[in-house]
Amino acid sequence: MAVEIIMPRLGESVVEGTLVRWLVKEGDHVEEFDSLMEVESAKVNTELPSPATGTLLKILVEEGTTVQAGKTLGWIGDPGEKIPKGSSGKGHEPSVDQVHESPIKIDLETTENTAVQQKDLGFISPVVAKLAREHHVDLSLVKGTGNNNRITKNDVLEFVNQKGKTEPELAAWETPGEGDLFRPTELQFPERFKSDYPDIQRKKEPETHINKTVQSERGDQILPLSKMRKAIAAHMVLSKQTSPHVTSVMEADMKSVSDHLSKNKELFARQGVRLTYTTYFVAATASALREFPLVNSSWTDEGLLLKSMVNIGLATSLEEEGLIVPVIKAADSYSLSGLAGIIGDLVSKARNHQLKPDDVQGGTFSITNHGTAGSLFATPVINQPQAGILGIGMIKKRVVVIEDAIAIRPMVYLSFAFDHRILDGSTADNFLANVVQKLENWQ
Amino acid sequence: MPEKIMVEAIRDAMDEEMARDENVFIVGEDVGQRGGVFRATVGLFDKYGPDRVIDSPLAELSIVGVGIGAALYGMKPICEIQFADFIYPAFNQIVSEAAKMLYRSGGAWNVPMVIRAPYGGGIGGGLYHSQSVEAFFTHVPGLKVVIPSNPYDAKGLLKSAVRDPNPVIFLEPKKGYRLIKGEVPDEDYVVPIGPAKVTKPGNDLTIFAYGMMHYYAIQAADQLEKEGVSAEVVDLRTLYPVDQQTILSSVKKTGKALIVHEDNLTGGYGAEIAAIIAEQAFTDLDAPVRRLAGPDVPAVPFSHPMQEWFMVNTEKIFKSALDLARY
Repeated sequence: MAVEIIMPRLGESVVEGTLVRWLVKEGDHVEEFDSLMEVESAKVNTELPSPATGTLLKILVEEGTTVQAGKTLGWIGDPGEKIPKGSSGKGHEPSVDQVHESPIKIDLETTENTAVQQKDLGFISPVVAKLAREHHVDLSLVKGTGNNNRITKNDVLEFVNQKGKTEPELAAWETPGEGDLFRPTELQFPERFKSDYPDIQRKKEPETHINKTVQSERGDQILPLSKMRKAIAAHMVLSKQTSPHVTSVMEADMKSVSDHLSKNKELFARQGVRLTYTTYFVAATASALREFPLVNSSWTDEGLLLKSMVNIGLATSLEEEGLIVPVIKAADSYSLSGLAGIIGDLVSKARNHQLKPDDVQGGTFSITNHGTAGSLFATPVINQPQAGILGIGMIKKRVVVIEDAIAIRPMVYLSFAFDHRILDGSTADNFLANVVQKLENWQ
Repeated sequence: MPEKIMVEAIRDAMDEEMARDENVFIVGEDVGQRGGVFRATVGLFDKYGPDRVIDSPLAELSIVGVGIGAALYGMKPICEIQFADFIYPAFNQIVSEAAKMLYRSGGAWNVPMVIRAPYGGGIGGGLYHSQSVEAFFTHVPGLKVVIPSNPYDAKGLLKSAVRDPNPVIFLEPKKGYRLIKGEVPDEDYVVPIGPAKVTKPGNDLTIFAYGMMHYYAIQAADQLEKEGVSAEVVDLRTLYPVDQQTILSSVKKTGKALIVHEDNLTGGYGAEIAAIIAEQAFTDLDAPVRRLAGPDVPAVPFSHPMQEWFMVNTEKIFKSALDLARY
């Protein structure tokens, strides 16, 4: 009995992903749970395990194709086994109205491989067909919860209800919440942004225009945009358009931290935990965020949403590929060694493309460690819908004056970029001073 | 309001109707001095005398024949068939005479007669004391077929049956005679013949049942609720003529129908309900219509384990409904 390989939901609210690479060739043997393919969703790359042991009979989805969760990607079975009828991949031509367009449109054909293929809807009961017709529901967008993921009457009704609820609040980037980081809702719910909302359409036009005017000359090369690159671009533009950024810089004397670090590094290492300066910055920030709830908030039209959790996103460079922001959940609840362990774990996962979408969601504040390459201070861009981001410069020994004496101390500049809609200079500076104070008096 | 068992409510109905109308009389095997083998007529012989509570010979054809004759002359007979299994000798009288009288006399003669018959198995009755016979009669225009599921309806429906100008086949779930209790008013009331009743509202599927199976369907629905499945239960009460409107509006709401009866599956009454839904509610369906019924074997077996195998019960309804809900 051949087993279907189905595109899973890679996380809450993640409805599609791109098949990057098949790791097994058609006709080859694969063990259950062995890695079968590499998929990319929003910013996360992950390997998917095989659902069964057997021969990869048929690959239905080419590498580089973006598909919705629930789509059949291929079949596994006994060698030579026939795959069930109607599953040959024919009739899965991408339909025009399902092509997902990113808000920043680059007019290059090479990047237009994001067509979503039509998924097999399974059995459509009479009442489901009737409701879909009455409410103009595209059934390929409805998640089925019945037997074999059949779309049930309730699934359609819920879909219709949801649509009714969410359509009025369309200023998507003003909707705070726990959604995909670096993934504007236009990308997640492109059907909402099709035609009925002229405001959004208008916003897109100038960008398209600007990009179209770029002239290429002979010898120039086109580097195709990766999904991550597009997502970062969209989010950065969005953030700058949304929040009036202000950056304030303070310097901190890292001597106490440095002493503490050199005293404990070995001890922690023996427990298998790598203690770094980052651990201290995260710990100090988490604790300061508790004292300044406004800094740990989001802007909403109803008011400032003060987050109950302190979830700190840690921007992690993936070199030229881009960057990713794994989130340390409840960062204020850990001991220093606990925190060091989690940071080490998340960073290594990030560099090995093993983060799950849920690992990069739910952040309430971000830290970017731009000093690793020598940068002293910076003006980082806020990770929406958060209220601020803390930039850490390079720790460098500098001559400082302490009680009218000249001393050499390891100093660091902390750049705090904040959303001036939410925070004013004095609150922001008090927060930043609090972080500095915690670092300078580390025990 | 006093709580009564089903057979007491049936006795009360007959007692009240006999007191109300002197034309009402009872005829059947052992109904007089013995008070009926299920004690449904106990005390009535003493109260109304041998002319109105008549012990008949063991001849069902004559019980119904006597009833038809008396009814044509303005009497209101209540014929008791001791077990529904014994009704076949009277089948010709019921189908060819009672049911067709009004039609063949051009509306001049009617047969205001009730035939009471305990039906159903699960009481260790074996081949001759366990049969369900409703499907034979729901096929016959000119008859009304009623099956109560609880004491309140039993009294109210039987009183309606006695007052009805047509022959009414009144089938009583004998397993429920003493098992099913409920509040029954002492005063005069009727439950109209015709309307079905939504006895438990729900959203995910509808269970259609009657008589003993309704009792189990309610228990199954309570269990389903614990599983997060909201089952609506419809007690059909009158099988012929059936209340199509209640059936269709329930299916419109839930989109899924499970029809339950104890009688054999093939050609059973559930097929009619399934057909009504398929014909008139096709576009409201979210799943195939399902029937849960007794297996197609010649009889309810006498051996206890085999009887249990035959009988539809709470657990079987629960499983079938859960499966349908998850379709």
